[in-house]
Amino acid sequence: MMRIERTIKYEGDRVRGFGKEVMGVPGCEQLWSCIQCGTCSGTCPLSIYMDFSPRQVMALVRADFKNEVLRSHTVWLCASCYACTTECPRQIRITDIMYALKQRAIQEGIYPRRFPIPVLAKEFYEMVRRQGRITEMLLVIRLFLKTDWFAALGSWRLGIGMMRTGRFELRPEHIERRAELAGMLDSAGAEGGKPKEAA
Amino acid sequence: MNTNHKNGEVRIGFYICHCGHNIAGMVDCPAVAQFIAKLPGVAVSRDYKYMCSDPGQELIQQDIREHKLNRIVVASCSPLLHEHTFRNAVAAGGLNPFFFQMVNIREHDSWVHTDRAEATAKAKALAHAAVSRVRFHRALETTRVSINPDVLVVGGGIAGIHAALTVANSGKKVFLVERDPSIGGHMAQFDKTFPTLDCAACILTPKMSAVRSHENITLWTYSEVVKVEGYVGNYKVTVKRRPRYVNEDLCAGCMECITACVFKEGKFPDEFNAGLSKRKPIYIPFAQAVPPVVVIDPERCLQVRTGKCKKTCIEACADRHAMDFSQKEELVEIQVGNIIVATGFKLFDAKRIPQYGYGQFPNVVTALELERLVNSSGPTAGEIVLRDGRRPKSVGMILCVGSRDVKTNRWCSRTCCMHSMKLAQLVREHTDADVTVFYMDIRAPGKGYEEFYDKSLKEGIQFVRGRVAEVTDWAMAPEEEGKMVIRVEDTLAGFVRRIPVDMIVLAAGMEPQADAQAVRRMFNMSCGTEGWFLEKHPKLAPVSTFTDGVFIAGCCQGPKDIPDSVAQAGAAAAEAMALADKGYIEQEPNTAYIIEADCSGCKSCVPLCPYTAITFDEAKQKAQINGALCKGCGTCVASCPSGSIGQNLFEDEEIFSEIEGVLAYV
Amino acid sequence: MKYSYFPGCSLKGLGRSYEESLLPVMKHLGVELTELNDWNCCGATAYMSVDEGKAAVLAARNLAIAEQAGPEDLMTPCSACYLVLNKTKHNIADYPAINATVQRALGSARLAYRGSVKVRHPLDMLINDVGLDVIKEKVVRPLKGLKVAPYYGCQIVRPYATFDDAWNPTTMDRLLATLGAEVVHYPLKTKCCGGSLTGTVPEAGLRLTYILLKEAVRRGADVIATTCPLCQFNLDAYHDQINQRWGPARIATVYFTQLMGLAFGMPAEQLGLKRNFIPMKPLPAPLSKV
Repeated sequence: MMRIERTIKYEGDRVRGFGKEVMGVPGCEQLWSCIQCGTCSGTCPLSIYMDFSPRQVMALVRADFKNEVLRSHTVWLCASCYACTTECPRQIRITDIMYALKQRAIQEGIYPRRFPIPVLAKEFYEMVRRQGRITEMLLVIRLFLKTDWFAALGSWRLGIGMMRTGRFELRPEHIERRAELAGMLDSAGAEGGKPKEAA
Repeated sequence: MNTNHKNGEVRIGFYICHCGHNIAGMVDCPAVAQFIAKLPGVAVSRDYKYMCSDPGQELIQQDIREHKLNRIVVASCSPLLHEHTFRNAVAAGGLNPFFFQMVNIREHDSWVHTDRAEATAKAKALAHAAVSRVRFHRALETTRVSINPDVLVVGGGIAGIHAALTVANSGKKVFLVERDPSIGGHMAQFDKTFPTLDCAACILTPKMSAVRSHENITLWTYSEVVKVEGYVGNYKVTVKRRPRYVNEDLCAGCMECITACVFKEGKFPDEFNAGLSKRKPIYIPFAQAVPPVVVIDPERCLQVRTGKCKKTCIEACADRHAMDFSQKEELVEIQVGNIIVATGFKLFDAKRIPQYGYGQFPNVVTALELERLVNSSGPTAGEIVLRDGRRPKSVGMILCVGSRDVKTNRWCSRTCCMHSMKLAQLVREHTDADVTVFYMDIRAPGKGYEEFYDKSLKEGIQFVRGRVAEVTDWAMAPEEEGKMVIRVEDTLAGFVRRIPVDMIVLAAGMEPQADAQAVRRMFNMSCGTEGWFLEKHPKLAPVSTFTDGVFIAGCCQGPKDIPDSVAQAGAAAAEAMALADKGYIEQEPNTAYIIEADCSGCKSCVPLCPYTAITFDEAKQKAQINGALCKGCGTCVASCPSGSIGQNLFEDEEIFSEIEGVLAYV
Repeated sequence: MKYSYFPGCSLKGLGRSYEESLLPVMKHLGVELTELNDWNCCGATAYMSVDEGKAAVLAARNLAIAEQAGPEDLMTPCSACYLVLNKTKHNIADYPAINATVQRALGSARLAYRGSVKVRHPLDMLINDVGLDVIKEKVVRPLKGLKVAPYYGCQIVRPYATFDDAWNPTTMDRLLATLGAEVVHYPLKTKCCGGSLTGTVPEAGLRLTYILLKEAVRRGADVIATTCPLCQFNLDAYHDQINQRWGPARIATVYFTQLMGLAFGMPAEQLGLKRNFIPMKPLPAPLSKV
């Protein structure tokens, strides 16, 4: 049976002030000048996988449709290759806006549980805060454990390959002044604390 | 010298205008009037709603009579708007109009402040300054300068041609100077024009012929203006006439010399065909060139460059003897009263956008190049073909190339939507290919333009709303092999598309000419931030410039289509003719003068004058200023080491008292 | 020539062959590299996704340490580190709010950053500081007959195109030509490889990698030369998954420093070439010494 869905957006769906807040992030004021030309989506290598194209996300942000934007997986599919930012005829820092949206999604916990990308970001964040550096293999293993450890099993070939080529390193890399770094990180940022778990 | 304030009592009338809400909204006008009323010498001090209105002006005249006023100060808007109005009112009241001083408390005060108290304080200070100054004003008379009725038109495109014909038809003499060997400009390169699809050459060439045969037009092609001296009504212009090496009066345009040239085939890019074909060093720009005279390219002709050539061209012209290699560059001086600058535009260089592949892929062309392909007198006799001679089956037209982009040109080039649609229709007509137009917006505002858009849609031209991200040559699907692929987000349909095409046409935008800055300085014009020549007022004075007697028309003022260029050309012609017919202008009496008694003959001022108005009288050993040439810039006044130069309307005591007036309050 | 050296986490981990080839090559050219003392992770794309204040502080700690260490430029071979450090520099200079956060955080560790460090990429240094003439002199085994597709990836040319053109960079092309290789025309030289998405969302990320491999093979390249450890990993380690999903596209990917090492006559083992999943085809037999 055909699934019928009703889609209409009321003013109540908008979160007034969201667009202005995002555009308050340094460098993102240019979004006011967006003429919706579509160059960003046209040049983005990942736009064909996104539910809202980068251009649509820009329109939604400017129109205060916070929930639609943060719940889309567009922001997570951005590989920050900066092609859009370079090509935009209004020099809008689209990649930086995507980062700002990622930050808000993580801070408010709006993303699907076990969705690998925000989980990766948080694990990365934690590891650096503790150790000062990333040990890639450890990070990957932690990621798989927290999201989809079936996939970890499926990648056994990759694991063997890495061991064979001497790229499989489990010894944690770390810096000397770990406490100093942790203190510096804690004193900066929006909440000065850990990002929220997924809603 | 200034004596009024010593001989008689100074009786000042002060008026502060509310200008509706414009000034009164931020400045407490009654308070300012009350403040001024208390100053010495002020006999009348009023605030009024609209000073520039008839009752306002009559108020001044009435007060002059009743209160025996001999100085008037009005605090209102910018002098550029109403100084003339108020001077006339003062004159009508029986007083010399230069006993008047105007204070700008609108653009300089109420419009740029947000704090009422501060704005009012500033208005008081400015008014105080004016009242202090006006005491020292003297009676002055304007001088009349006669206007030479001849007109110079610079640029022989459609705007220049129309302006020249309009002025010439009124009986005045016109010099039309064009840099290229023929007039016609870009319009001569077009095939059909929108929205009527008239043939460009068919409507242009009659006007070109009219120029050629008009008894009042002196046409100098292959010539450039190199120096402009003088001022409105009295310009002395030096024109450089480049040698064609062909005698214009003798050449019949038979082109035997071209056939006979030692270069058997064309070798050099043909400018008229946008570089798509080659010409010889001796050539006629195009078949309908005016003048229909051959020209020799001095950088490419063997004889001119090396002196060693068989000179078969001279042989071919044996009966008329029109070839003349002894010609030299000539500098000719002309005197004109008004100048109309119509120097046109330059096409944006599409190579600056490597994403579109111009210069990389052979079948990416600009719209101008396509015009030449489509035109039956073009390099392919009207056949639209790819570089290898095949007919294209699919054509993509990319709009806004170089325009509406902060990284290249911010502005919209205004004509590209329309000319792209026109070319799309012509491509369909000539080839039956699939044509897709990639746009951000379709701008079709003129008469018949929206209908033209509809016609394009009805003819099956596809319109995809999306700015093209890139043109690539790597295939992701079998139908893309061997073609150029356009990747774009079809924003209306809501997905990204890859569209393979055989040929891509870039609607490259318009830019100011490469030498626009040098040209505008020569004519003493301003330009906007974008480089287009600046009109005096964007709505109310679109063809005048800030230099009296110099007008602009056509694309040099900003991108526009042919109807608007012609309209502006007519407007510029009318303005020039108005001045010429009146025969004179009244010059503002702000000239400098030498105080002979004090002049020590040091000659410091002589070389400083930008208008060469100062000479040195050897007999008297004193500097001399020609009042007719002086424009009142004040340079000599400021520079004189002994303070021996004064300036009418800007006497030392006037300026110093103004400064004291402001400081006293502050 | 002396430089401070910021390896980044990857060059000690998955991308270790980049460091293994970079260090001997630089030494051979007389370039002295001093690894930054107690450097920390730059944050890559992950930190910017969590909090921009923290991201700035994290990266700025390295800049502060570098500034303290001396006046030398900071060489940063990893593309992500290069981008993050430059971006942090710009943010500190352009946005007072970020500058305040950073200086305060640095101050709590008795560090400070005055904005003087120049963050440079090895390609920039090789072309502009060392010079292609000097490099040419050191070539003892020209890579004649080797067709190389130069792949820059995104982060060293976008958004900061400081030492090369963003759309069509040529520094690596010229370097490879100096080494004697035949540089293949590779229009995808700055297209994204998929980044970290190859691991998290493989159907999207791996396809981008596949497109790069496919086109390099089509253009007749023998090997892809790259500048980024993540690009190298993506292009090298996922061939079987890519094969399974979309079809064959087999070509080796090496670091440009490894090719430099080979051209300088260094043995392959010393350059970390055995760490490749897809081994590079043996170099064509050297032509006679003419």
